[in-house]
Amino acid sequence: MMSQFLQVLLSGLATGSIYALVAIGFALVWQAAQTINFAQGEFVMLPAFLVLVGLNYFDLPLWGALLFGLGMSVLILGAAFKKLVVEPILPHGGITLVIATIALGILIRESVKEFYSAEGQPFPSVLPSDPINIFGAVVSLQDILNLLLSLGIVVLLTLFLNRTRTGRCMQATAQNPAVAEILGVDVKRMVLYTFLINAALAALASFLITPVYLAKFSNGETLGLIAFIAAIVGGFNQIRGALVGGLLIGVLDNLVATYVTAEYRAALPLILLILIILVRPQGILGTPEGRAV
Amino acid sequence: MYSKFALALGTALLTLVGAAQAQEAVEIGVVVELSGAGAPAGTNWRDGIRIAVDEINAEGGILGKPVKVTEYDTQTDPQISRALVQKAIDGRAYAIWGTIYSGSTLVNMLVAQQNSVPQFVGSEAPTIVEKGNPFVFRTSSGAQKGVPALVPYFKDTLKAKKVGVAWVNNEFGRGGRNVFIAEMKKAGIEVVADVPSEQAQTDYASDVSKLKQSGADAVFVYMNQEESARFLIEAKKQGLSMPLIGEVTLTEAKVIELAGPAAEGAIAHVGITATADQVEGIAAFREKFVKTFKRVPTHDAIKGYIGAWTTKYVTELVGKFDGEAFSEKMHGLCLPATKYPRILLDTCWDNRGEMSRPSFMVQVRNGSPVVIGTVPAN
Repeated sequence: MMSQFLQVLLSGLATGSIYALVAIGFALVWQAAQTINFAQGEFVMLPAFLVLVGLNYFDLPLWGALLFGLGMSVLILGAAFKKLVVEPILPHGGITLVIATIALGILIRESVKEFYSAEGQPFPSVLPSDPINIFGAVVSLQDILNLLLSLGIVVLLTLFLNRTRTGRCMQATAQNPAVAEILGVDVKRMVLYTFLINAALAALASFLITPVYLAKFSNGETLGLIAFIAAIVGGFNQIRGALVGGLLIGVLDNLVATYVTAEYRAALPLILLILIILVRPQGILGTPEGRAV
Repeated sequence: MYSKFALALGTALLTLVGAAQAQEAVEIGVVVELSGAGAPAGTNWRDGIRIAVDEINAEGGILGKPVKVTEYDTQTDPQISRALVQKAIDGRAYAIWGTIYSGSTLVNMLVAQQNSVPQFVGSEAPTIVEKGNPFVFRTSSGAQKGVPALVPYFKDTLKAKKVGVAWVNNEFGRGGRNVFIAEMKKAGIEVVADVPSEQAQTDYASDVSKLKQSGADAVFVYMNQEESARFLIEAKKQGLSMPLIGEVTLTEAKVIELAGPAAEGAIAHVGITATADQVEGIAAFREKFVKTFKRVPTHDAIKGYIGAWTTKYVTELVGKFDGEAFSEKMHGLCLPATKYPRILLDTCWDNRGEMSRPSFMVQVRNGSPVVIGTVPAN
């Protein structure tokens, strides 16, 4: 029984940490452009297919294909997204941009479907998938490594934002772009960095989750929704909030499916969302006044 | 002046030729899951049909008329499938080939029935042939015939006393699960874990952990292809050690491709499989399919192929394009493979449209499904 609890908890934390990576992306884009990127789920789905293009069309080794996928993701989902979608549309208002990201999500989804078929595709695991024995309990090594890697990325990102000059400039830009500019911060560059980081996080989440979920054009629909809810539950304007929200949903989902009901597990994030909106609208770690990285 | 006249004449001639061809061709509606969760199955079904139609047309069509197929994508949505069956029939379809997902078939087969249009389906839920619809015909045995064929394997080969069942919560999965539980009860084997999962579910961590904890000697896995692959991947991650036995999908080529090494050792009873290349017709179909589509056909591809060829054989036995006469002929019909080679194996349909033919036990070994035994027709 203990072994089962340990495995379920571990699986929940591992999946939750990947949700957290995606949820952090929501928070970052909110900070940079004051908009919600509803194509975020597709931003996680696409990099896996870019890796498959590297593997199957350019015959790259796995590490080369992963680098190719990461590079292309940063270019397409970071730089090009900012230049071609956010910059031209943002002056027309946040709602217009939200609608544009919904359209972008559909475009990415349907393009992948057209180009790579509607069928799921196998995706190589970057981590070992054999189980290991911990105190008599056989648990998944892949889950442990997924969790450590995701948390490591979050720690590095937090250190970068808090301990480096560029990171602090990005925070200043998020809090008050006008004042930051007066103080000599290159606001446009900082906003670009935010989009690039979001794209890189989405790509890393993609590489970790796709070996289990399989590469499929529709993967972004569920992932995007759960990560969006995780960001709200944790606090939309806080990176640590997104982390808490992601982990919470991952763990609760697995615990409920194992010990309460598997049939209604899909409803759990929505129930959590309703509770948070009723009890603490700013999210578990969010602040009511708004924006601070 | 002359050029205008020539253009008008040309257009008129083309229209006449087109109209004549359209009049002569036999319209068939392929209504199937080409996107959504059912896309892997539907795409194979369609491609098997494409090969069959090329062959049929090369051999003079049906009763001398070429076959013209229109493909409709149900998006794995039962309501859309119903509308598309109606659309195909409005387009004067002589027969409907599809759908595969039982939830869709249960909804759309009423439309074909109301219009007396024969319908070949890839669905395996027991309820399909229990509704008294004389126009629906299977292309593989239903779960109520396929699953019982597994009982001797659990009882005599594995000597299982306790089993678990992991199933997808749709019409297909529910049907198979119900038959399995009833059969285990009859065989005196205790079902210690009954684990449903949702269609298109991605996270199987809790499902696998429940089975792991149940103390089952073996697990019956009854899911669609992508779900089966995700389940196998999670089972490997968590080190699920008991044998995993499925019906049809678990050892399909697509599942093996998706699950990779996680599929190793999985066993399934399959109505028909492209790996049974000791059967001449199956080997020939497989070769043609691989050459055309650069991939190995799944059982759905063979089912689509058989549905198409059965339409030709039976229509020619009837001697006319008449849905009601076709339906009457099908009930209680047996087509021996020696006389009707593209039927691949000796096949019979009972008076409900259920089919019966020899089947196979298959295991994944070194990344490929291998036939480890045959099961006589029941």
